[in-house]
Amino acid sequence: MSELLRSYLTVGIFGVAAIAMAGAMLTIARILRPSRPTRQKLIAYESGVDPVGGDWAQSQIRYYVFAVLFVLFDVEAVFIFPWATRLEVYGVFGLVEMAIFIFILLLGLFYAWRKGVLRWV
Amino acid sequence: MTTLLALPYWQETGIKLGLALAIIPTTSLILVYLFLFKMMAFMQSRLGPNDTGPYGTLQLIAEAIKFLQKEDIHPAQADRRVFRMAPVVVLGSTFLLYVILPAGPDAVVENLDTGIFYAMAVSSLSVLGILMAGWSSANKYALLGGLRAAGQLIAYELPLILAVMGVVIQAETLNLQEIVVAQATGEIFGFGGIGNPFIFTQFLAFLIFMIAAQAELTQTPFDMPVAETELVGGFHIEYTGFRFLLFFMAEFGTAFAFAALASVMFLGGWWIPGFDVDDNILNVLGPGVMLGKILLISFFIFWVRFTYPRLREDQLQKFAWKVLIPLSLANIVLTGIFKVVF
Repeated sequence: MSELLRSYLTVGIFGVAAIAMAGAMLTIARILRPSRPTRQKLIAYESGVDPVGGDWAQSQIRYYVFAVLFVLFDVEAVFIFPWATRLEVYGVFGLVEMAIFIFILLLGLFYAWRKGVLRWV
Repeated sequence: MTTLLALPYWQETGIKLGLALAIIPTTSLILVYLFLFKMMAFMQSRLGPNDTGPYGTLQLIAEAIKFLQKEDIHPAQADRRVFRMAPVVVLGSTFLLYVILPAGPDAVVENLDTGIFYAMAVSSLSVLGILMAGWSSANKYALLGGLRAAGQLIAYELPLILAVMGVVIQAETLNLQEIVVAQATGEIFGFGGIGNPFIFTQFLAFLIFMIAAQAELTQTPFDMPVAETELVGGFHIEYTGFRFLLFFMAEFGTAFAFAALASVMFLGGWWIPGFDVDDNILNVLGPGVMLGKILLISFFIFWVRFTYPRLREDQLQKFAWKVLIPLSLANIVLTGIFKVVF
């Protein structure tokens, strides 16, 4: 196994360990804790009042546009990271290129801003 | 880097895993006892817990045992499988963060080349767990809290990533160990006595990083998702017993990890002025130095938490998109210009 793959194997092992630790602790808890469910206990909690309406309430998702904008900038970040580690090699050329790239993305942000997308209504 | 011990891969990983399993719950114990219990109490002119053990130090152990004995209630309407998985996903995100946190030249679980990029990637996994918890609880408060959390975490993730970029440009690497070395071998106007902690040259990035980290951890000025006065606890409202404790552990474990990232990137990490960067003694002294810096950063995080009132949801989103993101983009361009010109 190569060094690179092996280092990510450790990451995998840690992921499994997290699940195992949570599982072990929940198993200990399962042995110690009582389990006496009643109908009243299993009602969704709404500050002591009986819940009104269905279980999954509808709500306006204003976050949708924010999520779309997030994808835009997150992809941008993926492009900037490799550039950032090699900036000295690229010199002025790299700097100008990235300035143009960031400028175009900023235009996008300002467009969304002017359209009133960033305003919370 | 020198190799401290030459062990086969499986043995070495086993030892590191054992250490990490011991350290991660301890970190949240330290933060909660020191800051959430004692410092908050003193700032509010209270005593805080003082009965259980000397100065109340065993309070959290007692509470963990209490949580172990609590009944595990699944609401009747809940999506049972997702409901059970959610806290484990959040805890997993915290665990994966600890893989790359360096505490000495060799005292690191795995020195990944993608370092800080990896940290940003796994820390955003917790959004998934929170959204799962909020959605599967089938509770109006939980759903609202989960959506608010998702909206907030993705909005503040961007300034967080973009602030890191300034450090990456200066250090020319994503690897956390090499970022520490870059600071240790740096000079401030030709004076290399204390190296060049990036907090001096990247102060704006440091401020943005700390504000965004505060929001990522949903600590108080940004605690809209868990606002107890209106959502009673947000996404974890339906969780009882040990599953609730898992969320709690993950929250403070992540706070510790973010403080560690900040001290590695901006305060010089484990390096002590006057030592060689690959001196073996730093493997012993490094963790102590790191702990000191982490506690200092955590002090500021919790100080802000206890001081400021909550931001409204629209102010919170506006602040991220209209202030922090343009500022952090400007920081990248400025750092790039300085890097190329000087």
